[in-house]
Amino acid sequence: MKTDDLISMLATGDSGVTGPGAGSRYAMAVGLGAMAATVMLLLILPLRGDLLQALWLPMYWVKIGFVASLAGASLCAVLRLSRPGANLDGITLLVSLPVLVIWAIAAYSLINADPVERSRLFFGDTWMVCPLLIALLSLPIYLAIFRVMKDMAPTRPRAAGFAAGLLSGAIAATVYCLHCPEMGAPFIGFWYLLGMLVPAVIGAWQGNTRLRW
Amino acid sequence: MQRTTREEGFRAKEDRLKTLLMRGLAGENVAYQAFLTELSAHLRAFLRRRLIHLPDEVEDLVQEALLAVHNQRHTYDPGQPLSAWVQAIARYKLIDLLRRRAVHETLNDPLDEAMEVFSSSDTEAAEARRDLNKLLADLPEQQRLPIVHTKLEGLSVKETADLTGMSESAIKVGVHRGLKALALKIRGFL
Repeated sequence: MKTDDLISMLATGDSGVTGPGAGSRYAMAVGLGAMAATVMLLLILPLRGDLLQALWLPMYWVKIGFVASLAGASLCAVLRLSRPGANLDGITLLVSLPVLVIWAIAAYSLINADPVERSRLFFGDTWMVCPLLIALLSLPIYLAIFRVMKDMAPTRPRAAGFAAGLLSGAIAATVYCLHCPEMGAPFIGFWYLLGMLVPAVIGAWQGNTRLRW
Repeated sequence: MQRTTREEGFRAKEDRLKTLLMRGLAGENVAYQAFLTELSAHLRAFLRRRLIHLPDEVEDLVQEALLAVHNQRHTYDPGQPLSAWVQAIARYKLIDLLRRRAVHETLNDPLDEAMEVFSSSDTEAAEARRDLNKLLADLPEQQRLPIVHTKLEGLSVKETADLTGMSESAIKVGVHRGLKALALKIRGFL
């Protein structure tokens, strides 16, 4: 086929673009995924007993703030990495910022804690299950986001897959806050992050093959 | 002074191509065809300069990049420079080709300015070596027929639906999926 024939073929018939844009498709994927993750959580885990009291504690909102801002930053990265030639300046910094802030708070609380309390602040009561549960809850969100991203055009598939995985992990962690009794910043800065990095690393690995076009 | 005029030239070209694309995305096929035709000349010059050692690959890659531009046209954000979008697609396809051929040539263009892709143009199309018609013939019927009828023979979606007995939405989906499958076939993945 000659190039001119290809051009005629592409420009014949329905060549216009209709349907929702990237932003609303991702929003839909995140919304549906988060609902599925919440249902999963309610089926397998109890809500934290003191949820209503916890809402009055600043640390609860620090925790929510950390995972929610990480979700926002990775959504921003996902949107930019989905379009060829989009400006990626500052995107790594944006995603690292929430992590640096929680680490600073963690360092502060460890330094000020009684030495015998430090290991408890880091390990809490649930360090063995927390990363696994976050990774598990991220699964439906991960599938929904990847499905949308497969229809986009990431020119850096590994980074795009990582951002998609991190986004699903961060949303899953936000949902997990409904159950999780932990309140120590060192715990959150390490075990939560570890749980969110599981889908992110899987995403980077899968992105390298599944997101090519 | 000279530089200013050149930059103005790029800008004018960028604006004109962008207008054509936006009209095309709104469903004006004539504008879309003009966009693709002009774009193909820029892509050819851009890729020919970078495939000095593989001149036979140029036209195939031009076609592959055009198909990619078409398949990914919904990812263009009107707030973004068109040249940056086009260049990122062309570079992605170029690197993909080099990876596939396991040619580890260093892409030695650190000063790749975004406007460069529109800075030269080459309308001398060489013969493509890969025949897209053959790849098209290998697609499954529910993708091949919608493409052949609506895009090669120029029938409407309704006429194609009547002719093939498929539903109108199946025709639209078939065209969309078929062109994506064609891009995968080019990469040797289907």
